[in-house]
Amino acid sequence: MHFVVCIKQVPATTSVQIDPKTGTLKREGVESIINPFDEYAIEEGIRLKERVGGITTVITMGPPQAEQALREALSRGCDDAILLTDRSFAGADTWATSYTLSCAIKMLPEPADLIICGKQASDGDTAQVGPSVAEMLDIPHVAYVRKIVDIRPGYIKVERMLEDGVDVLEMSLPALITVVKEINTPRLPTLKGMLAAKKKQIHVWNKETIHAETDKIGLVGSPTQVVKVFTPPPRLGGERITGADAKEIAQKLIQKLSSHGII
Amino acid sequence: MNKIEVIVTKCTGCGLCIKSCPYGAIKLVDSPHQLESGRTVKQLAVIDLDKCTYCGACVEACKRYNAILIEKKEEQVTATLDVYKNVWIYAEQHRGTISPVVFELIAKGKELAEKLNVKVCSILLGHNIKELAKELIYYGSDIVYIVDDPVLKEFLDEPYSAVLSWLIQKEKPEIVLMGATNIGRSFASRVAAKIRTGLTADCTGLDVDPTTRNLLQTRPAFGGNIMATILTPKHRPQMATVRHKVFKPLQKDTSRNGEIIEVQYDFSKVKIRTKFLEFIKDTTAKVNLAEADIIVSGGRGLGGPDGFKLLEELADLLGGAVGASRAAVDAGWIPYSHQVGQTGRTVAPKLYIACGISGQIQHLVGMSSSQIIVAINKDPSAPMMKIATYSIEGDLYEIVPELIKAVKEYKGIKD
Repeated sequence: MHFVVCIKQVPATTSVQIDPKTGTLKREGVESIINPFDEYAIEEGIRLKERVGGITTVITMGPPQAEQALREALSRGCDDAILLTDRSFAGADTWATSYTLSCAIKMLPEPADLIICGKQASDGDTAQVGPSVAEMLDIPHVAYVRKIVDIRPGYIKVERMLEDGVDVLEMSLPALITVVKEINTPRLPTLKGMLAAKKKQIHVWNKETIHAETDKIGLVGSPTQVVKVFTPPPRLGGERITGADAKEIAQKLIQKLSSHGII
Repeated sequence: MNKIEVIVTKCTGCGLCIKSCPYGAIKLVDSPHQLESGRTVKQLAVIDLDKCTYCGACVEACKRYNAILIEKKEEQVTATLDVYKNVWIYAEQHRGTISPVVFELIAKGKELAEKLNVKVCSILLGHNIKELAKELIYYGSDIVYIVDDPVLKEFLDEPYSAVLSWLIQKEKPEIVLMGATNIGRSFASRVAAKIRTGLTADCTGLDVDPTTRNLLQTRPAFGGNIMATILTPKHRPQMATVRHKVFKPLQKDTSRNGEIIEVQYDFSKVKIRTKFLEFIKDTTAKVNLAEADIIVSGGRGLGGPDGFKLLEELADLLGGAVGASRAAVDAGWIPYSHQVGQTGRTVAPKLYIACGISGQIQHLVGMSSSQIIVAINKDPSAPMMKIATYSIEGDLYEIVPELIKAVKEYKGIKD
């Protein structure tokens, strides 16, 4: 079977700042990492290959330096890596990103059986790209998967996390899933893996390779537009509650809370 | 196709456009040519069409000479934006219970609809759910559209997105709001992908510009460190998923009237490749974390799984839910479904009591928009203690039992 993992390279920290002069995000000096949620997707892609046999391909869209994220995925055990990079992909929102990824997945020499994404990226936090890719590929999907109960050619059974419990669902393959942290514990790359990853060739595809329509990619192809970014006012600390003993402190707190009408 | 060209008789080879181009798509080449004025210049700007995104930055930069012409193929929707009317709320229901965020959205939707002079409509999908329609009207909907079909008995992305996309294309709302629940975020994405429109995730602020009729969607990014305001200027409807507890629902008013429109949809053409097998209710949570008004949460400071029994007692007394930090979940003290923070759930209760949680940034982004935060921690310098509305320095195993007693006393419950 062919497992395809979609990943994103994100800033290593979420504590980014806005340049007061330009109003844009300060990106310099911020290290890039694989989106933490995608670590689970990569791990699951490798585990599935080990479980049922096949190959695992990892794909990312980003600037040329996103190659680093792909190398890391290779060093953990992915077999093949594709970097989608083109100036005209820049500034894409979730629609244009999903379109670009779906074009690339259609171009894979061996069709994908299962596409795996992290539930969301730690920078944008949208959780929209996975399901959108599925729609554009006209395949079913289940988001927030916490367990793959069963998988065999043409069939998958999964558990989906909801707010109040878990749905058990089955789908025909090809299909797409987005996974939550609970699904596995990602392995660390081995030295052998890292050395092997260094030697592997990363396929670099641009908009011509994937036959993408120019008006559906990048900034131009994005229905949404960011018109303003700003830093929210920091939450200010409040009052320290003290007392002679725990009892007094507890009573003082209850008084405060009842004065807010909360209890 | 989009077109862009440099008018040779106007380009002075000044290079201003090169600096303006965010994509590095323009360069100067040696190409002596004569301008309209008769002057001869040596260099000419050349645009690399492979790199150009037709953003128009160079056209702005060349205002002085007007030497760059751009023709953007506007999608035809632009011309027909004004046929889109009304604000729609997706009335998510699960096993016959409407998600509370729906009532919050109806209230906000009504406010937006009044500014736009249109109606607020709720969309109810499911099976045997007709009696829920009245509830949606009592909370402020002008119109309720219902699709009641056995196919919609359990939530599955494919039939739900097919019917909602179809209804949107048929009725043409200008705004569609959905709760940022697991279900909402999953199938809204499919709908927006299908009908090619913008979808903004997890909004915490909404407003409209009555002139352009654009929805101003404000949402946190980078784990809440940055707020962004986003528009969908050229596509309709403008779709957004909205976080729980940001907006207040209207008072239920059984004297409100509204129209209920039942719609039939032919599911025979929809590919349904997903099958629902069963639902396993989370028995460790009595109260849904995302919807709870009060959350009592525990972290590493609990020292073990037994601490959660204490927190559960307090949460039960307050009618709240039990939350946890990643450290407590990773230690195996409590299931992942209780985790609050970036890798868990985002919550915004009226009261969040953090017991033995130091307050790593990843945890804070999941709960810092709570109305009142109480921190109980031995370490007064913990980040949680600094952002808390009320901070208590001390041993949670001394404080929490006293809190339980004090709540019982306050509520008149005898031991």
